[in-house]
Amino acid sequence: MQRLTSTLDFHAQALTLRAERQRLIASNIANADTPGYQARDMDFTKALQQATGMQAVAGSLTTTNSGHMEVSAGARSDGELLYATNPQDSLDRNTVDLDRERAAFAENSVKYEATLRFINNHVRTLSEAMRSPSQG
Amino acid sequence: MSMFKIFDVSGSAISAQSQRLNTVASNLANADTVAGPDGQAYKARQVVFQTTLMGEVAQGTPAAAGVRVSNVVEDNTPGRRVHDPKHPAADNQGYVTYSNVNPVEEMVNMISASRSYQNNVEVMNTAKSLLLKTLQLGQS
Repeated sequence: MQRLTSTLDFHAQALTLRAERQRLIASNIANADTPGYQARDMDFTKALQQATGMQAVAGSLTTTNSGHMEVSAGARSDGELLYATNPQDSLDRNTVDLDRERAAFAENSVKYEATLRFINNHVRTLSEAMRSPSQG
Repeated sequence: MSMFKIFDVSGSAISAQSQRLNTVASNLANADTVAGPDGQAYKARQVVFQTTLMGEVAQGTPAAAGVRVSNVVEDNTPGRRVHDPKHPAADNQGYVTYSNVNPVEEMVNMISASRSYQNNVEVMNTAKSLLLKTLQLGQS
């Protein structure tokens, strides 16, 4: 059972993180004219590794004995958000680089859609495999 | 579902930008006003934006950052004074005080506001189409 859904789980985590990053970038674009606003972004690779359990989250549970239960995936440490720096300083201490944010937004939406398609195709493959040959 | 927050964030930005556009329109309309209802020359107004954190600050999910107009400030620089003794609003030295609106500044402000508005509309459209595709997950 774990085998069947592990790929789906991975993509589900990726999709959640993509949505979260999309929201972050939307916040940056919304605050492009706010004085003193600091742009935020996440290290997607690291966040995904943490969310899928490939990298230990600082302060989380670890298994030191074979009798211990498996640490469930999905944990992510909070302080992982980074501050983006603007190549050109502005007078009002706003660090949003609108060109960069728009590029990141477009990139993130394409990758979100790609993850959606991965999930769709996986579901289709599974249901195809479950169908009996007599059903055609 | 964190994507729904995007509508709140971009919506707040759109409303803030449209308020900025509103002040620009009011400033430009009054660029040549001699006296307002209080008898004084019109003073240019500027909006001040402020970041607001939206939604609950749940564990592991940082709050989304929206925008709101925290204040509308009046520009207190002295207005333009023109010598025109025949004007009904002239003072005893023959000078008329016009508003202190700088039309060039206002035009720049207007373009900046409308660009930011467009950016946020685009963000909302993208988020909407992504959410619609998410709704069709596993159906095709």
